[in-house]
Formats: sequence, structure tokens, C-alpha cells
Amino acid sequence: MSSQLPGALNIGVKRGKLEIKQFFRQRESVVFTLLFPLILLAIFGSVFDTKIAPGVTFSQYFVAGMIASALVNTGFQQLAIFIPVERDLGALKRLRGTPMPATSYFIGKAILVTFSMLVQVALLLAAGVVFFGVELPTQGSKWLLFIGLLISGSIVSTILGVAFSSVPKSARGASAIVSPVVIILQFFSGVFFIFTDLPGWMQQVAAVFPLKWLTQGMRSVFLPDSFATREIASNWEVGRTFAIIGIWLVVGTFLAVRTFKWDRD
Amino acid sequence: MKPVIEFSDLRKSYGSFTAVDGISLTIYEGEIFAILGPNGAGKTSTVEILEGFRTADGGDVKVLETNPSIKGRAALQWRNRIGIVLQSTQDTAELTALEAITHFASYYSNPRDPQEVIELVGLSDKAHERARTLSGGQRRRLDVALGIVGNPELLFLDEPTTGFDPEARRAFWTLIKKLRDEGTTIVLTTHYLEEAEELADRVAVMNHGKILEVSTPALLGGRNTHNAIVSWRENGAHHEEESSTPTQFVSELSQRLGGEVPELSIRRPSLEDIYLSMIGVKSE
Repeated sequence: MSSQLPGALNIGVKRGKLEIKQFFRQRESVVFTLLFPLILLAIFGSVFDTKIAPGVTFSQYFVAGMIASALVNTGFQQLAIFIPVERDLGALKRLRGTPMPATSYFIGKAILVTFSMLVQVALLLAAGVVFFGVELPTQGSKWLLFIGLLISGSIVSTILGVAFSSVPKSARGASAIVSPVVIILQFFSGVFFIFTDLPGWMQQVAAVFPLKWLTQGMRSVFLPDSFATREIASNWEVGRTFAIIGIWLVVGTFLAVRTFKWDRD
Repeated sequence: MKPVIEFSDLRKSYGSFTAVDGISLTIYEGEIFAILGPNGAGKTSTVEILEGFRTADGGDVKVLETNPSIKGRAALQWRNRIGIVLQSTQDTAELTALEAITHFASYYSNPRDPQEVIELVGLSDKAHERARTLSGGQRRRLDVALGIVGNPELLFLDEPTTGFDPEARRAFWTLIKKLRDEGTTIVLTTHYLEEAEELADRVAVMNHGKILEVSTPALLGGRNTHNAIVSWRENGAHHEEESSTPTQFVSELSQRLGGEVPELSIRRPSLEDIYLSMIGVKSE
């Protein structure tokens, strides 16, 4: 039998479109993934509208942190919650029983993450510029850095989401395990508070994980360079940021490939 | 007849529990083959090995001339030729029936026309409804649609009609027979003996990891030679007697009661009676 099967990329793109369609039809996912960060931004940005350095308000600091969080929300959080749901519903087992290549499933997820990430970042950025005095960078190099952070951050977030999707034992448990992990990480990583104001041990815990580096990276894009001296290392540490993300990429890929399960049991 | 599934001395254990205990079986092209047995008999393990979801601990397995534990590209080629309908799945809830079928069709090299599949399973008037709004029986027919859209040579059906009303079940049986008549080989696991009797060309009864017997529904457990059960009413009481010569028995009964025998019935043991006695449960 030499029947020509459709290509993995071809099916992957179809899956991506289907994932986006399903995403918009599920009210929970739209509210949770797209609206909730905007609400947080509105609350925190309005309550703590104080100056934290010459020419820098807390709102601007917070917008940078929320953009970094968008990468974690749309990748890690979305996948680590919804993949266990799919597993529980038998969706993954059904797919396993078809000639769909496993790669196509992950291509579809990557398309969904990219799409929801771009929408969320655009919404946050628009709200930041319109309501909270965030200024878009004027230098090309800053934009380049921004794009580099979006791409690398999204990839690492996606892969860690796939890896973590094997941790929750059930769909019900997924949200209860994943959401606190993300929120605690946000507190520790300088999203809701100024990172340098946090206790030393929190800073050290946060420095292990990518989110802290992504928030710092986003600050380097959206805050004036003069603010760099107020960071822990007195500079933006761009090289170290990408190195840490790179390490997590390797660790995450290893874990994701080793632990992914198509079937509950 | 061409074998579609062949296995011998198949074994599967989970820890110290032996789920499948060295069984052998051949299933041929174009037949509906039912696997019966109580919960824990080893049906699911056996079928999941054949579907490639589990690997056997021992034995030779060939499904469409291929070992189901095959990996990589060849596994996809193999999966392209089979269809699997699992037990109650609730995915694709936000897609319409037609969207789900059309999407799954895109996985296969030679799929059926989605529009034709939706008619075949009787969901034409629900084609544009979200899957989550479908009733249990309609949802199950969508599952079958997703299982057959790839135009499989071999179809696995796991408890396909659980939760169906009698009418929907009959419609479903017609569909399955139609698929068989088109040349699809079908492996069915079911709890409904009536369903096995109606559909299956042959049945296997499993218990404690072993196959007790493989036969046609009519001949299973020597059903055709079993005594008939004659029941009637006499002096206001219900009577029942087993007889190897029911015709003679009734003729004598008629003479004794002077003509018409009140509430007379003669029945052969049902498949369910035979099945229950085989797995060691007394019927009635």
C-alpha cells in the first residue's frame, strides 16, 4: 500500500485554524486568556499610578510586566490547562487513532499560541499607550529586541506548557494547579511589584525561571535606558536573558518529548 | 477468506494481574466479529492491543499484515487503513458535526466525502449544529462518522450503542450492516447480547483473559441443540418444562388439556441465556 498521506505541515496548519475557531467559540478561553489580563491592567494601572523614577510611572513598569506575562498566559498557562482537558475528554486518544502525525498536533498548538499571544500583546500595548503613558520605542534595535523576546519567549512558554500538561492528573485539577503557579511566578518576577523591592529570596527564586527575565527584557524595550541602573545588575542583562531562555528551551523540549501522554490512565 | 486480524498466544499483564492469557484468534475480511465478556474479561486490553494503543507482553499479532505496535511513518500508513470508535468521547464540542467530519477527513489519503458520511450516519439535519448540542445517540453517530470518514478497511467499535433508544439502535444496526456489505471488516465489543445476535457473523466469548468459545451467534454453546423451554398455564398456575422433543410434548399437553393450551410458548435459549451460563452466571 503506497497511499500518499497528507503532509504533517499541511494538517498542522488546518489544526491551527481549527484551534483558533474553537478558541473563539469557548467563552471561558476568550475571557480567561484575552480579557482577564486587560482587567488586571486596568485595576493595577489605575490604583498604583505613582512615579517610581524620573520619567517612569508604575503603570509603565506594570505594562511591561504584563506583556511578558502575556507570553506565559497564552503559551504555558493555556496549554498546561487545556491539553489535560483534551486528554480527559478523549480527544488526544482519538487523534492518536488516526493517521494525523503527532507533529501536526503541536504545529496546531503553536499556531494557536502565536495567534492568541499576538492578540493579547496588541491589546495590552494599545491599552498601555492610550491609558497609561507607555511610549513605543523609536529605535530599530529596541523593536528587534522586542520581536526576539516575543518569539523566544513564546516558544519556551509553549514547550514548557506542553511539558507541564503531564503534571495535572485530570482536567479538573489542571486549572487549580497551573493558575497558582503562574500567579505566584508573576508576584515573584516583578510583574505586580517592582522587582528590586521584593525580598532577596523571592528574587533568587524568580531568577531561576524565564518570566523574570522576560519582564526585565520588556522593561528594556519600553522604559527609558536611564532606568537600567535601577535593575539588579544595574543594566538590562540582555545576553543573560536569552541564555536563560535557551537553557529552559533545551530542558523543556527534553521533558515535553519524554513525558507527553495521549491517553489518561 | 483473507485474514484481516490474526494473533496467537497473545498475552498482557498489569503487575500480577493477567488481563489477556495466551489467546489466539483469526478475523476475516468482511465479517462483523463481536467480542463478548464481562467487565475485566480482557476484552478492552485485547482490542487496545489490536488498535495499537497498548503493546502486548507476548504473542504474534498481525492487523492488516502489520504489527500494531509499529512506530513512525509506517504506523501512520497503517492507521490510514483503520477506523476506531472509542467509548464515549466528548471532544470537538465547539465544532459543528460537518466541521469535525470535514477536518478529520483531511488526515486520510482517500477519505469519504464528508457530506456523504453525514447522510450515512443520519445526521444531515444536524450538520450545522455544534457537537455539544447533540443528544447522546446523535453524538455517538458523530463518533462513528469520525471513525469511518477515512474509508477504513477495518473498523473497531467499542460499545457503540450505549445510551441509545431502541429506535436509534435499530437505525445504527442498519448502518453497521451497510458498512459490512461495502466490505469493511468490523470488530465490535458490546454489552448488548441482542446487538451481537443481530449484527455479528461470529462471536468470541472471553472470561478471565481467555477465549471460551468462538462461534456464530446461532451455534454458540451448542445453542441449536439445547432443549426448548415450553411454558403454559394450567389450573391457574404458570408451568415451565425443558424438553428435547417439544413438538411431541406440546401435542401430549394439548390432548391432556383438551385442545388449546392456555398461554403456550416454546422458546430456545437466547444468546444471553447461553452467554450467561458460559461465564458462570445463572440466568433468571
